[in-house]
Amino acid sequence: MIIDRAFALKIAFGVLLFACGAGLSAVLDNYYLQVGTTLAMLCALCWAWNIVGGYMGYPALCMISFFGIGAYAGGIAQAAGVSESLAWLIAAGVGALFALLLGVPLLRLKGHYFAVGTIASVEVLREVANNWEQLTGGAVGLNLPIHAGSPDEVGRFFYLAMLGLAFLAFLITALVDRTKFGFGLRCIRQNEQAASMVGIDVFKYKVGAFVLTGVLGAATGAIYASMVAFLEPKDAFNLIMTIEIPVMVMLGGMGTIFGPLIGGVSYVILKEFVWAYFINWHSGILGLIVVTVIYFLPVGVLGLTWRDIFKKLGASKSTRPATSDIARSTS
Amino acid sequence: MISQYIVNGLLTGGLYACLAVGFSLVWGVLNVVNMLHGSMVVLGAYFCLYGVQQLGLPLYAVAPVACVILFVFGYAIQRGLLNRVITQPILITLTLTFGLDLIVNNLIIHVFSATPQSLVTNFGTIEFAGVRVPVVRVGGMLVAVVLTLVLYWLLRHSKIGRAIIAVRMDRHAAALMGIRIPHIYALTFGIGAFMAGAAGCAMALIYPVTPMMSGVFLGKAFVICVLGGLGSVPGAIIGGLVLGVVEGLGTLTLGQQWATSVGFIMMMAVIVLFPTGIMGKKGYE
Amino acid sequence: MTKATTPVLELKSVSRLFEGIRAVDNVSLKLYAGEIVGLIGPNGAGKTTLVNLISGFLSVSSGDVIFDGASITHKKPHVIAQSGIARTFQIVQPFAKMTVLENVMAGAIYAGHRGMVQARDKAIECLEFTKLAHLKDMPASELALANRKRLELAKSLAMNPRVLMLDEVNAGLNSSEIDEAIRMIRSIAATGITIVVIEHLMRVVTALAERTVVLHHGAVASEGPTDEVMRDPKVIEAYLGNKFAQRFAETSGAPVARPA
Ligand SMILES: Nc1ncnc2c1ncn2[C@@H]1O[C@H](COP(=O)(O)OP(=O)(O)O)[C@@H](O)[C@H]1O
Ligand SMILES: [Mg+2]
Repeated sequence: MIIDRAFALKIAFGVLLFACGAGLSAVLDNYYLQVGTTLAMLCALCWAWNIVGGYMGYPALCMISFFGIGAYAGGIAQAAGVSESLAWLIAAGVGALFALLLGVPLLRLKGHYFAVGTIASVEVLREVANNWEQLTGGAVGLNLPIHAGSPDEVGRFFYLAMLGLAFLAFLITALVDRTKFGFGLRCIRQNEQAASMVGIDVFKYKVGAFVLTGVLGAATGAIYASMVAFLEPKDAFNLIMTIEIPVMVMLGGMGTIFGPLIGGVSYVILKEFVWAYFINWHSGILGLIVVTVIYFLPVGVLGLTWRDIFKKLGASKSTRPATSDIARSTS
Repeated sequence: MISQYIVNGLLTGGLYACLAVGFSLVWGVLNVVNMLHGSMVVLGAYFCLYGVQQLGLPLYAVAPVACVILFVFGYAIQRGLLNRVITQPILITLTLTFGLDLIVNNLIIHVFSATPQSLVTNFGTIEFAGVRVPVVRVGGMLVAVVLTLVLYWLLRHSKIGRAIIAVRMDRHAAALMGIRIPHIYALTFGIGAFMAGAAGCAMALIYPVTPMMSGVFLGKAFVICVLGGLGSVPGAIIGGLVLGVVEGLGTLTLGQQWATSVGFIMMMAVIVLFPTGIMGKKGYE
Repeated sequence: MTKATTPVLELKSVSRLFEGIRAVDNVSLKLYAGEIVGLIGPNGAGKTTLVNLISGFLSVSSGDVIFDGASITHKKPHVIAQSGIARTFQIVQPFAKMTVLENVMAGAIYAGHRGMVQARDKAIECLEFTKLAHLKDMPASELALANRKRLELAKSLAMNPRVLMLDEVNAGLNSSEIDEAIRMIRSIAATGITIVVIEHLMRVVTALAERTVVLHHGAVASEGPTDEVMRDPKVIEAYLGNKFAQRFAETSGAPVARPA
């Protein structure tokens, strides 16, 4: 592990940020606690996705499959009488197993096929959750035991739980950023053939990253399930969210430590701000945000260096890519 | 009983073929997974409904106009927006079309409405060997299949069609041959939109259509495209018919609610079992 | 150089078929520690395919590859790389968006079995050896061709290989760059690494290899000390065709083969 000053500062800054976040729980009212919980949840998901999507560069669109699997695994366990914390652990384990089972076949694929296979997993799981009524309660939904305590206490508890998970995801990302494992993922992102030539067990690394993402996603889902105490297939396996997460990371910078945080926070602020004024245009505005993000920040805030920005400014003068440019792009 | 389900499946499958062929062409030629495709189908259906119900025009006049509007819409989207990011990684183009889909879908809900609408058509039913089918479904299916076959013929025999195929096979070589790639890309996307519009018109005759159905249509297009092969018109026809029949039989054996899942699981199985056929050849030099 | 009795790498009747074509046909070879072996042959002779078979990127159709006394015939590429066989790609394969230093570090970490910090030191050492150290923070994609070829070399060296296969590392370089490369390859071999040089330029092979193997249509057409191989009529035939070979045989006693 190479620890230089910049990295140490980043970690210190991150730890400070989370400490402040935890401290705030003492003073925030319930509304802000809820906003904070959502934010922590999205950031945890973004950090989780960033491992496969950012560092490894695979267009995984199954973040919500992991989330939903975790939610249902934890929910079903809790409904069966298992304690909350144990249910979360079970959910993480189920998430790992599911990621393994999904990853082994899908990670042999590249590009669009991988993307489509991962999206399809969301659709299949939603249908299964809808139809397997004995297990999931079907479309009617699944009720979980409600966390005991006053609304404030409960709000604070789940805020801290989500924050803790986000912190864990942050630490794991920091490790991935600096270790042999993460370095290997970056090599894989660039060129898989060359990666195996230098001795990287490409497939094992890919599956490992996928499982890591899966565990974090499932744990997030399980905490969410306990918090809302009610699960529906269309909530747990939400197709929009499975694409929103990558968009957030793109916004903040893929394959960076703070990209998921910056992206998650700015996306949520952007969305809340715009939604407040356009009640009937939720999905349209969301689409507009997505399109804007793609056009104006294709590498994300952190992925942009000043040199890139100047290049971009220069390039935007010629509006259309040259024929040869398009022709050069290959699958 | 089974034959009824198979015939229903084939009738639906013809529509599916028309629905998927544009999506498949765009994926194969442009290497773009067009998440907007489902909404374009819905748009076609709504243009058709609007023309017939609000303006009182005859169907045979409205449907072609709807398709042409969609062609122009598709050409403009590709030329104005997608061509600029076409060299970017998959995640970018896929997410971009998803964003566009959210916008278009929201617009449809506002301009038209979210309630299911359908053209009230009753041309009676025909009965053959114990199998009953409504005439309108046979008609819709026939129109869809004939259009798909016409597209196939055009791709093979027209100058533009051959240019599209050349770009699909090797865009670099095609560019060197003097083919204007951005224009061909836009044309291809336009044709995809045209076919989506046609599928939408046919759908409107048969099912009540809502903007929410765009996701369902998109899902079918995914499955068929993977089953039949990227950018292949005959593949889309075969994939459509196979999916129609499999869904019909799935309904018969597992129940209506599992029909969609059966299609998706079949698709995932194909993706997983034939990764090399799909990924193309490998070379190590 | 005195040869050890047991070869480092041995190919036993290795063949590879592509849709019925024998790209590599029944090739048997022995490579000994510290020697430089030339592998030549016209385009399409099967040289790159042979490298792919040894490094595990392609699976052999029949035959056996023995490295260090153990069979590596059906091992995966990363296992073979970790065990000490490195190769460069004829078409260079850098990690384009990573820096030159990071590219070389990758070799040092996984196949070189090092921690990140030691890997960085080793990478800098290799970059100094290949005279790329001043470019270490540049993205690999921005290197000129000659430097990309050297980067491949540095990356392979960082892997601590026992056998190094260089697939046309000199193609496209100018004369002084080639001289530089020849010096580098010599000093690598001096450290005891076995080197296979695949080349089109006879000048490089004659300068480097004591022993040369000629492939033609996938099979070994000739094998032996480099200067003898160069005079072999079969080699001239492989390169220039039958008629030329006859004419050479008639007009001159010792023609030197040149690439087609
Ligand atoms: N992946 C492959 N699929 C089919 N044929 C191949 C493949 N790789 C190489 N070949 C064929 O094998 C033969 C040897 O090629 P190659 O090893 O690249 O030759 P060289 O490197 O000596 O120029 C050629 O006829 C080539 O077309
Ligand atoms: Mg070669």
